[in-house]
Parts: sequence; structure tokens; C-alpha cells
Amino acid sequence: MNPLFPHTTSKWLGLALGFCLFAASFVASIAFGQTRIAFGTVVDAFFHYDQHSTEHLIITTTRLSRAVIAAVIGASLAIAGALMQALTRNPLASPSIFGINAGAVFFVVMAITFFSMHSLSQYMWIAFIGAGVSAIMVYMLGSLGRDGLSPIKIVLAGSAITALFVSLTQGLLVVSEQNLQAVLFWLAGSVAGRSLEMLEPVMPFMAAAWGIALLIGRSVNILTSGDDIAKGLGQRTVAVKMLMAVVIVILAGGSVAIGGSIGFIGLIVPHIVRGLVGVDYRWIIPFCAFIGASLLLLSDVAARFIIMPQEVPIGVMTALIGTPFFIYIARRGFNKE
Amino acid sequence: MNKYLSLRNRSGTVSFLLEKKAIATFLVLVCVFIILFLGGLSVGSTMLHPIEVIKHLFGLGSGEYTFIIETLRLPRMIVASLVGAALGVSGLILQGMIRNPLGSPDIIGITGGASFAAVLFINYFSNTFSIKWLPLAAIAGAGVMSLLIYFLAWKRGVTPVRLVLIGIGMAAAASAMTTMMLVLGDNYATSQAYLWLTGSVYGANWQHVYALLPWVLIFIPLALLFSKTANAQELGDSVASGLGVSVQRHRFGLLLISVALAGAAVAFAGAIGFVGLIAPHIARKLVGRSFGSLLPVTALIGGMIVFLADVVARTAFLPLDLPAGIFVSGIGAPFFIYLLYRNRHQ
Repeated sequence: MNPLFPHTTSKWLGLALGFCLFAASFVASIAFGQTRIAFGTVVDAFFHYDQHSTEHLIITTTRLSRAVIAAVIGASLAIAGALMQALTRNPLASPSIFGINAGAVFFVVMAITFFSMHSLSQYMWIAFIGAGVSAIMVYMLGSLGRDGLSPIKIVLAGSAITALFVSLTQGLLVVSEQNLQAVLFWLAGSVAGRSLEMLEPVMPFMAAAWGIALLIGRSVNILTSGDDIAKGLGQRTVAVKMLMAVVIVILAGGSVAIGGSIGFIGLIVPHIVRGLVGVDYRWIIPFCAFIGASLLLLSDVAARFIIMPQEVPIGVMTALIGTPFFIYIARRGFNKE
Repeated sequence: MNKYLSLRNRSGTVSFLLEKKAIATFLVLVCVFIILFLGGLSVGSTMLHPIEVIKHLFGLGSGEYTFIIETLRLPRMIVASLVGAALGVSGLILQGMIRNPLGSPDIIGITGGASFAAVLFINYFSNTFSIKWLPLAAIAGAGVMSLLIYFLAWKRGVTPVRLVLIGIGMAAAASAMTTMMLVLGDNYATSQAYLWLTGSVYGANWQHVYALLPWVLIFIPLALLFSKTANAQELGDSVASGLGVSVQRHRFGLLLISVALAGAAVAFAGAIGFVGLIAPHIARKLVGRSFGSLLPVTALIGGMIVFLADVVARTAFLPLDLPAGIFVSGIGAPFFIYLLYRNRHQ
């Protein structure tokens, strides 16, 4: 399939369009909800803040932080997914399918239950460890046996590890029931009710990971042509892979620490982006950031309306959008990449 | 002397090989099973002497333990064993079918469908209908989910790879829907549902035994009838069709058996995970790869895993009575990873 934006000029144009989409989704996320706010007021709230306006108060206290967090998580998950698909050469790779979300969630729930940790900076480190542990486990489990790391084996390994961590999490929550209600909404994935300060401890790591992801696009391109070719071209493949793994763990773990388990963004977005710009990771990564952020922002907007006045947890929303997509890729098979 | 014992009827529609060594292993396992079972009956908040238990079972007891043994412990242990056997065999069938040691009903979405239906029932219908209908809801959920997976995976026939992938995708969707139910439900329903999701045989009674028994007694022997094709399918689709197996038809049959077993087990004990993964592995270690000898051994081991987990769950933290599922996955999962690690070069 030919990409929608084949040339460099059109890719820059596409990136600008991506940014516009992102900006529009961002504003929509601030404007729509239980209280609908006019676009003019949204703009005013930033430039002419009025202390006495309820709408301005809603925007600055809840809507803005929610939109920023959704954008950060969406972009991070999409980039993590793209790198994972490149690293494992598996179109179904994504943090949720490969058990990384579940691992991070389990470690955080364990920290809450046994060590009564409740600050986000602690969650963050715990989630990094959880994401790292499950990533290593899935990678090892998937590469056992004679034929090495085959796509189907690593997907199965991912879901086995997911099942493992999910059932352990369930066990913990059944034993300590008072924690269940507290962590349940977070388990389902949510970007609501978080202040911008919560982003502070995670943000430097995320930003660094984004930066690295943008810079290693070229090396990733070489790596995707196969280990042997990459080595032949003088690449230190192990170093590149390790770097990618670290970036993936930081992005996925950080996202879980802030928003809980939000799946499928990392699966869908890289596929959409490849349809737009082709297989060049120098372009895929920035496009993933914008499209991922937009998709999560829009899902979050939709999540507020479906069963008003309650909200669908955003993790459920993305799963419902993502499953048909997953099934489409699975039916198409692995070989036509 | 021949190492194998082959059982077949004259037309050859039913035939399976039994290794003689496997028969010996099987008999030893039966003995171990009985001893552990008696041990399980004796321990609990009231400790009984195993001799007393044996006496009681043969009708020689004084009758003072009738309530503890016959009403509380025996049905619970039997349900646990049946559930374990059903899940183990279900996993064995799936692993053979998809030719991968990671197949099991909880991974390819069967349990997910049952869970969603059960949580839906607990949240919205438990006021209007008796809780007795919960197993039916769970079985229906498992059935509908499996049909859905089967049809979505259909593309001029069903290949194992597609079946697994679609299953994993659908499992993710089902778990998302289940989580939504949990988040939106009221607190009481949520903790009920969560308990169910962990898997427990708490409060099992004779009605449960009678309801579950037919499923196990019909479908496990039925699986034995398929053992010839199951062995062939493990060699790959093209080899199997070359051997004259009508792959698609038998695959559907095997899948049906697997779903029926897993659905029935999950309906009565909740979403107990990992039995379907572990039991076939241990069985393979003991008796090798022939489906005919694997099947009964897997059933025994599956049963043992679940009832032992339940015994530990109800005695280890007295007076707390924890869900058995915690122990199955808490001990079983690390053990499973160790098994895979040990077998990494095979």
C-alpha cells in the first residue's frame, strides 16, 4: 500500500495536519463534557483568566489537566507501541497485549497493599520496575524453544504473562477488599481527577524518552531490515535494542503510573501512521505522538458522553475501539507486512 | 514385549494407544490422589483423624462428623476436583490444537466470555433471578464467546494461529467490558463479582456436584474418542489431512469439547486460571506425548491442583476462607514459568 504522504514535503504538511488534529482534539477535550463550554471561553480562560467565572475554574482545575494527561499518555503509548512493533517485528505488539501494562499495574497494587505507598513518584518507580520485569519475562518466554522469537509465540507469552499478573492482582484485591474500590477505577484506566502536579515527577523521564525515540529513528530503520543486515551495516544491534527497550519501559510504565491500564492505543496508532507515512521510523515516531495523543483525547471525550452522567473508563473505551482493529490485523495475518 | 497397549474397535473409528508405563503412572497417581483427598477431608477448622474420615466414608463412623464431612467438605472437594479435571483437559485439548504449550481456556477468551456474562448477571440480574442461574449465565457466556471467536477466525477454514490471536483479542475486549461492569456496579456487587473472578469453590454443595458431574463424565470420555485425530493434528494441518483426518470438522469437535469443559468448570468455580496451562505440562512430564495416556493423567493432576489449592486456601489463614483461585495462580504461575524455563530447549 502506498503511504498517503509519500514525499518529504507532503510529510511535513502531514505533520502540520497532525498537529492541527491534535490541537483540535485538545480544545474539544476541554470544551465538551457535563458542562459544555464555548470555544471562545476556552481561549479566554488561557489569555484573560477571570477568577469569578465557573467555566474558567472548571477549565483550569479539571479539564486542562485531564487533557494534558490524556495527550501525554496517548503520545507515549503510541510511541511505545511503534517501537515494540519494530523491536519484535510483530504487528500485534503493544504494551497492553504484551503484558507490560498488567505487570506495572500488579506491582503498583502490590506496593499499595503491602507497603501502603500512595504518592505518584513512588508509583512511577514501581510501575517502571513492573513494566521492566514483565517485558523481560515476555521476551524470554517468547524466545524459548528452537524456533526462537516467532510472532505467535511472543503474543501468547504476552497474554500468559498478562493472565499471570491479572490473576495475582485479583488475588491481592480480594484479600484486601478496602483497596478494591480505591484502585478499581485506576485499574480500568482513567485520565480523570488528576492534577497537573501529578505529571511533574514522570514528565522529565517521559520527555527524555520521547527525545531518544525521535533521535533513534534512523537506527530503528536499519534494525527493521533484519539483525544480520543491521550488523553488516556496522550497527551495534544489542545496544540499539536495549535503548529501545528502556524507552518502551519508561513510556509504558510512566503511562500506567499516571493513568492505569489503557490498552490498544499502542497497537492501533502505529498501523494508522504506517498507512500515512510508510515505514520510515524517523517519521513514524513524531506522527505517532500526534495521532496517539489525538486518539486518546477523542476517546476520552467520547467516554464522557456514552453513558452520561457516568463515565466509561477510558481503558474500556480504547479496548472497545481497539478490538475490531486487533481482529482485523489478526485475520490479515503476519506475512503481508 | 510390546511397550504399548492399543485399544480400538473393529472399524477403527475409535482407537488409542496406551503406553504400559503410563498405566502404571496413572495407577500410582490415583493412589496419591486418594491419599491427598482423604488428607484434605481431614483438615480444616475442625481437625479430624484420617482414620475417622475413612471409617465415616465406609459407614462405620460414629456419625458425629456427618455434617462436617458430608455437607461441608466432601461436596466442596469433589467440585474442586471436577473443576480441575475439566480445566486441565480443556487446556490439554487447546494446547494440542494450537501446537503451543501456552494454550489454555483463560488465554484464548473462553473464560473471559464466561466472566463477562457472570459479572453482568451479578450486577444486573441478581435481584430478579436466583443466584442459582449464575452458572447458566457463565456457560452461555463461554459458549457465545467461543462461537464468536470461531466465526471471526473463519477464513476458508480455521487455523490454530488465527484462532489464538482472535481469542486473545476477544479476551481483551471481554476483560475491558468486565472491568466496566465492575467500575459501574455498586460496591457490594463489585466485591461479589471480584470474588467470582478470582475463582472459588466456597459453599459448593451436592447440587453443584450433580450439576457438574455429567459435563465431566460426558465430555472427558468424548475427548478420548478424538484422541486419534488429536495426535494427528499435533503434527500440523497438512500432515493431519494427509493421514486422512478431516481437520476442520475434528477441530470444531475438539474445540466444542474444550469449551464445554471449561465453560462448565468456570460456571461453578469462577474464573480459576492456570490449571489449564499447568496440568497438561505436568502430565507430559510424567507420561510423554500420547493423547490417550495424557488425558486421564491430566484430569487427575488438574483435579489435584484445584482441590489442594482449595485445602490450602481454607486452612492456611484460618479463620479466613480465601478463594482457591489465589493459590492456583499464586503458586501455579511461578511454577509454570519455571516449567517453561526448564523445557526451553525442547
